[in-house]
Amino acid sequence: MRIGVVTFPGTLDDRDAARAVRLAGGEAVALWHADADLKGVDAVVLPGGFSYGDYLRAGAISRFAPVTQAIVDAAKGGLPVLGICNGFQVLTEAHLLPGSMIKNEHLSFICREQELRVENASTAWTSDYAQGELITIPLKNQDGQYVADERTLDELEGEGRVVFRYTGWNPNGSRRDIAGVSNERGNVVGLMPHPEHAVEPGFGPDGAKGPRSGTDGLKFFTSVLTSLVS
Amino acid sequence: MGRVVVDVMPKPEILDPQGKAVANALPRLGFTQFSSVRQGKRFELEVDGPVTEEILAAAREAGEKVLSNPVIEDVVAVYEEQS
Repeated sequence: MRIGVVTFPGTLDDRDAARAVRLAGGEAVALWHADADLKGVDAVVLPGGFSYGDYLRAGAISRFAPVTQAIVDAAKGGLPVLGICNGFQVLTEAHLLPGSMIKNEHLSFICREQELRVENASTAWTSDYAQGELITIPLKNQDGQYVADERTLDELEGEGRVVFRYTGWNPNGSRRDIAGVSNERGNVVGLMPHPEHAVEPGFGPDGAKGPRSGTDGLKFFTSVLTSLVS
Repeated sequence: MGRVVVDVMPKPEILDPQGKAVANALPRLGFTQFSSVRQGKRFELEVDGPVTEEILAAAREAGEKVLSNPVIEDVVAVYEEQS
């Protein structure tokens, strides 16, 4: 299975995302922002970073990149797409996911190991998790406060499209503790925390097996491989 | 050469963290008159010719589609700046 990983000018986590794909057993395919060719990939990851310097708004300029236009079309046809952090911001700006992100409520950049609850284990990117499973993965952002109007939030809750919720502490003031959401079909998922940084023992958050042993993010990438096979 | 100004502000119902930070800083410099601050964006769009109705219409459209995100922001004004 071939998973595309997009690089915009200012993307930071594309190498980690590609590594996560390989550790899960997939083939990582580099996709370039200026290239509308998706190279026949079976799924796409939009990694984190500060694409185009976050100029205008986080993710706003990336929305108009040729590769994003191609991804929007393919996502509407069912292509699994995962947006992480800045990638999530790109997906909201591209109208593939509802809502938007504004500056953290406390105004500070935040970097911590964050616990989340998997609220929907039936999307293309979460099927290997158990419903309600608690996972810990890194969170690092400046503009991470998820906002949407009350009607949209009610719709998301009612349709099971809140995919991840912060537990223990809401790190950025996100409405209803929302950490990640999906589109109606469940093939497009976006979240602020970083699963690609928690995929290999020795490099992840602290876990049950000791310091930096946490690999709770790996199942994002195995999930999509599973969903593509079935 | 003409210039069109597009003013974008965070929606009233959206908490504006930047404005809040500025509001907290003002009293420290002795500005105790201001009870709250909201921070927005001003865009200056320049054209080679005069600012026509068509130009203003295009600026309004750009304001809605690109310069603002309607989920969190409003375009509050689009106008020609007299030089």
